[in-house]
Amino acid sequence: MRARAAAAQLALLAAVGFVVWYLASNTAHNLEARKIASGFGFLAREAGFEIGESPFLAYGAADSYARAIVVGLINTFRVALIGIVLATVLGTLIGLARLSHNWLLAKLAAGYVEVVRNVPLLVQLFFLYAVITENLPGPREALNPLPGVFLSNRGIAFPVLAPHAAHAWMVLAFALGVALAVLLARWARRRQAATGQPFPALAAGAALVLGTPLVVFLAAGAPLALARPELQGFNYAGGAVLTPEFAALLGGLTLYTAAFIAEIVRAGVQAVDRGQFEAAYSLGLPRRRTMRLVILPQALRVIVPPLTSQYLNLTKNSSLAVAIGYPDLVSIANTTMNQTGQAIEGIAIIMAVYLTISLSISGLMNWYNARIALKGARQ
Amino acid sequence: MRWLRENLFGSWGSTLATLGILWLAWMLLPPFVEWAFLKAVWFAPDSRPCRAEGAGACWALIAEKHRFILFGTYPYEQHWRPGAAILVLFALYTASALRRFWRPALALAWLGGLALIGLLMWGGVLGLPYVENERWGGLMLTLLLATFGIAFAFPISILLALGRRTRLPAVRALAVAWIELVRGVPLISLLFMASVMLPLFLPEGVSIDKLLRALIAMIVFAAAYLAEVVRGGLQAVPHGQVEAADALGLPYWRKTLLVVLPQALRVAIPPLVNTFIGFFKDTSLVVIIGLFDLLTSIKVALIEPAWSGFGVEAYLFAALVYFVFCYAMSRYSQDLERELERSRTHALKGN
Repeated sequence: MRARAAAAQLALLAAVGFVVWYLASNTAHNLEARKIASGFGFLAREAGFEIGESPFLAYGAADSYARAIVVGLINTFRVALIGIVLATVLGTLIGLARLSHNWLLAKLAAGYVEVVRNVPLLVQLFFLYAVITENLPGPREALNPLPGVFLSNRGIAFPVLAPHAAHAWMVLAFALGVALAVLLARWARRRQAATGQPFPALAAGAALVLGTPLVVFLAAGAPLALARPELQGFNYAGGAVLTPEFAALLGGLTLYTAAFIAEIVRAGVQAVDRGQFEAAYSLGLPRRRTMRLVILPQALRVIVPPLTSQYLNLTKNSSLAVAIGYPDLVSIANTTMNQTGQAIEGIAIIMAVYLTISLSISGLMNWYNARIALKGARQ
Repeated sequence: MRWLRENLFGSWGSTLATLGILWLAWMLLPPFVEWAFLKAVWFAPDSRPCRAEGAGACWALIAEKHRFILFGTYPYEQHWRPGAAILVLFALYTASALRRFWRPALALAWLGGLALIGLLMWGGVLGLPYVENERWGGLMLTLLLATFGIAFAFPISILLALGRRTRLPAVRALAVAWIELVRGVPLISLLFMASVMLPLFLPEGVSIDKLLRALIAMIVFAAAYLAEVVRGGLQAVPHGQVEAADALGLPYWRKTLLVVLPQALRVAIPPLVNTFIGFFKDTSLVVIIGLFDLLTSIKVALIEPAWSGFGVEAYLFAALVYFVFCYAMSRYSQDLERELERSRTHALKGN
């Protein structure tokens, strides 16, 4: 029996090995016939194409392919990170709205989830992009829903804080506040364990985290000057401008993923047994602490794993950027492949990047799951 | 009255939410109805009436291009063939949805149905002129991609799921590698791979067309996701069932086919349907590698200068079509889940 199993496996491995060898030899032959040099040497060559947006890293057509791909990577991370934050907030709100006692609100949230989940993300992206580029007016007649915010077919322009030296110090103060809050929470937990005296660590921590930067801000004379977008020629200068591509992609990813997150949040809250509420109340815990100490930890155990996979989905879905022309990693790798013919290397880069992200997040996830798993529970 | 008070005005917050929603509806609904229905242009040979001052939605675009959106560039006078093929597809879907047809003969019906569809679409026999598959398109192509993709990916996914749970290390490693690698990368990278790398893999002189290449990528992709769902079903089979089969002395394949899989797949049906929905939506990605599916034909219809600038109407229509299919599937899966749950508790009570 064991010998047969070993033989079957050997045969399977041999077959897979043969197929791989056959494909590889064909590929080598084809590359030679088409005079395409393999390897990543092309990355150092001049890219020769412009990229619509390259925040954080200056880029011009004279730069190398490697730099272009790094710009793409930054763009992918930019839209994915902002999208994750917005989708989490919106998704949580919609998920809680579905559980609301208000019939209208619950139905509205349910309708949103049904509609958005059953329409492909790509259609939503095309739709949003069409709304922005076809239906919004030109920059000269831009919609102005809030002072300083302009919606036009060139994108969304909005004011940002003018840079000031105090802002860097505020970031430092914020970090300091977080560190102090962590220390405080530790001390409070030890004191409660030793003496049974509770300490409002959450409120005090929040005060530290928010208060420290606020003190710096006020000490610096509250620098609140805004850089406002102004119309110059055919476009806006000053402030911050989201390109139509970025706005459509971010909006699409946020709205789409929020619908899935809403379902996860709802399921997580509903998964907590009613008896848990009742038990906590009968112990005399007030409502807030019931939520924080009893309900939330149990709901999170259900929510976090699928939530992470939604974050991964959002990151992978950001590759649809190529369809509306936002210069993310896939779209720049695609341009590179078309220009150089280095298809294998281009796809290898895309896959390596996404695999690294996926595998490291799922590794982190497994570690987290092991940490929060019920002690003594069977896997 | 009591219902209103409890469900809409239960508390201050609730009252505020109700009033806010009503206000928003008052602000948004009348202009939308006016745009989408009252002032809409339903039929027009060209877009001039749509561009008139005060005109609403330009549904004339859809009316004018409906053949193109349904069948793509399939020869016009042969359109009854993809039409008939769609009917065959719907007959197959309906039969598969009814539990009374869940028996081995259904697999045979699928084989026969898919062969008939191939015959109708390609032709070349029985006096039907041959139509190369470069000319297949529109909604028909979306349905074909989704149906053929699932039909091939599903059996593969069962093998992958079994492979992942076997004790044979080499088989397990290969199954895990397939599943994890595919699930770690976006579908679009697999489609790029199929469209630009697959030709390099093949010996000189051999080429497979774009549709088939995309279909291979979709199958590889769907198989990995379906395999995880099937694995969930396999895990739900009580261990005693496997032990009982072992005690009867059933060899591996008979144990798997007769005892484990029927129970595992039954549990897995609702999540499987959800994966089908995701896959149906994902077929829209072939627009990026230039395959002529529903979304591409709508995009192409907009390229024509006469109809350009009506993207909102066109994509709303696309969204509606996808929604109808996906919503039907998701309702079906919910009903089925309830029904299976009921029959399970019923069986338990019966014992």
